[in-house]
Amino acid sequence: MRIDEKFKQLKAKKEGALIAYICAGDPAPQATKEYVTALVRGGADIIELGLPFSDPIADGPTIQAGIQRALDSGMTPDIYFRTISSLKLHIPLVVMTYYNLIFKRGLEKFAKDCAASGISGIIVPDLPPEESDELRRVCKENEIDLIYLVAPTTTEERMNRILAEGTGFIYLVARLGVTGARSDVAGSTRELIKRVKTTTPKAVGFGISNGKQAAEIIRAGADGVIVGSAFVDIIAKGEDVAAKLEALARELKDGVKGRQ
Amino acid sequence: MTLKLEPKFGKYGGQFVPEVLMPALVELTEYYEKYKDDAVFNDELDHYLRDFAGRPSPLYYAKRLSREYGVKIYLKREDLVHGGAHKLNNTLGQGLLAKYMGKKRIIAETGAGQHGTACAMAGAAFDIKTEVYMGARDTVRQRMNVYRMELMGTKVIPVKSGSETLKDAINEAMRDWVANVETTHYMIGSVVGPHPFPTVVRDFQSVIGKEVRTQILEKEGRFPDSIVACTGGGSNAMGIFHPFIEEDVDLFAVEAGGSGMKTTEKEALHSATLSTGEDGILHGMRTKVLQNKYGQILESSSIAAGLDYAGVGPELAYLADIGRLRTCNSMDNEALLAFHDLCRFEGIIPALESSHAVAYVKKAAASGELGDIVVINISGRGDKDLETVMGMRK
Ligand SMILES: Cc1ncc(COP(=O)(O)O)c(C=O)c1O
Repeated sequence: MRIDEKFKQLKAKKEGALIAYICAGDPAPQATKEYVTALVRGGADIIELGLPFSDPIADGPTIQAGIQRALDSGMTPDIYFRTISSLKLHIPLVVMTYYNLIFKRGLEKFAKDCAASGISGIIVPDLPPEESDELRRVCKENEIDLIYLVAPTTTEERMNRILAEGTGFIYLVARLGVTGARSDVAGSTRELIKRVKTTTPKAVGFGISNGKQAAEIIRAGADGVIVGSAFVDIIAKGEDVAAKLEALARELKDGVKGRQ
Repeated sequence: MTLKLEPKFGKYGGQFVPEVLMPALVELTEYYEKYKDDAVFNDELDHYLRDFAGRPSPLYYAKRLSREYGVKIYLKREDLVHGGAHKLNNTLGQGLLAKYMGKKRIIAETGAGQHGTACAMAGAAFDIKTEVYMGARDTVRQRMNVYRMELMGTKVIPVKSGSETLKDAINEAMRDWVANVETTHYMIGSVVGPHPFPTVVRDFQSVIGKEVRTQILEKEGRFPDSIVACTGGGSNAMGIFHPFIEEDVDLFAVEAGGSGMKTTEKEALHSATLSTGEDGILHGMRTKVLQNKYGQILESSSIAAGLDYAGVGPELAYLADIGRLRTCNSMDNEALLAFHDLCRFEGIIPALESSHAVAYVKKAAASGELGDIVVINISGRGDKDLETVMGMRK
């Protein structure tokens, strides 16, 4: 399913989107299907599935640990695409990974593998628009959205360029820093939501972990929230994982529906 | 009128960083373009290089080593620079730039601890709070440098992720920078990372090669036939090579051959990135990278902590591709033997990093490929390595 279609559906229902991240292969390749299914049952609207890279510079300790577990379990890009093909999701799925894995596979092949396995979008945290002409071209050819990030430090000039080029949704980085769960909503987040003026849906990530925050962010004008570390934390603890993922997804989904 | 900097060296270089950092790179580029040829800035930097760092460093004719190896050898004595390595040339330059930029805090990564030490010195000299990330494994094998940094008021933060070496320290420093970019300058320690760092660091290190130009003309009335430098990230190499790029001088980049040229899915037994790495993206730059078939970065290996890195400066990758640079390597044991040679024949205790360059000259002199006169960059002194060397003797 295309990402913009999903956002349109949600808009008609006056709901925000819950975009749920976990890392594929954490803690084992077989676990991914069960966990993704649990997130969908809990109400996730889009799944963001990490493809683990050895040197994740944009990630904090929680997701770093998840990525390490995934790598230790033997997750590779080949297994990743096979796993995704077997998921048969009815909601959009986006891949989040670092540029070297895409570059090494070959941009063309990576995009084709994404399209063939049912991936609708790509998020690459270490690829600013300046370096992404080639990937943007192959994504377009394969009808895949290349999702850009904007940050509180992004200048007007860069913002305009990113908004002009981004498709699917715009990923608003809620605060300076790496990924990791927090319990509050920073002032800079609200400000950024106001600054990003576009018809492309806006989703806010980095630091969101509970339904109350999710509700606040939607009220501040965002179209969706992206939650990662809080889910990965559940996997790290390793108890009743599927049930807890589902419960947290439900809490967050209630939040983005404005029922918190 | 300032000259705009080129962000790429051929296909290498660029800026592969999180969006949060892009404005900081733009800011750094603008400041550097503004000050690089500014008279006041350069006077101040010269003052620090001369009176604080002790420049110019001598170019020394190594008579006994020349006789032993069968080629006329000059040693560029960066080991005599304050702090014991070339690293201070860069940290004084970047430190001053950070001061002009009004940054309140400096962060850095360090492998051998030499760059960290040089940051600590610059941090103290310019009165800027300094924190250094260092792989936990390196904090053990280079603990004297940890203590030196602490003495000068720098906080050393051990990094426990990955292989606990330089690559992981860079990752952690970049994460810190992402969180504190508005107040903090990331003082990268080699000609690596996103643009403009490879250019900035090369320029600040080029003082080495500029001095060699004058010094060798005084002593020999001509340029050397070849220049040999060890290459980790590549800053001492680019520093001595760059002023000779347009000259008829052969340039040899010596990488760490470690314990052998083998690699597995996860690790390399060496750090020979230029000669065996493949095109990739690491730490904000496109360059040659030690990686597996999927693009996962390998853990590298070397007896010299400062060479133990899976990437290399993008300009070196470019110069190697176009054939302007010869890439070669020395193994751990060869470097150790050369270390002892320099100690005994010349009364100079070199860093294990620099010993790799000496070792290559030892191997290659007989073939004649180095010509008649060779300059070796002794990038640092070996006091920091004594424990490692003592350990190897057992
Ligand atoms: C003495 C010495 N030489 C060489 C290096 C390698 O760095 P580069 O290749 O940037 O000169 C180091 C790094 O720590 C060093 O301490």
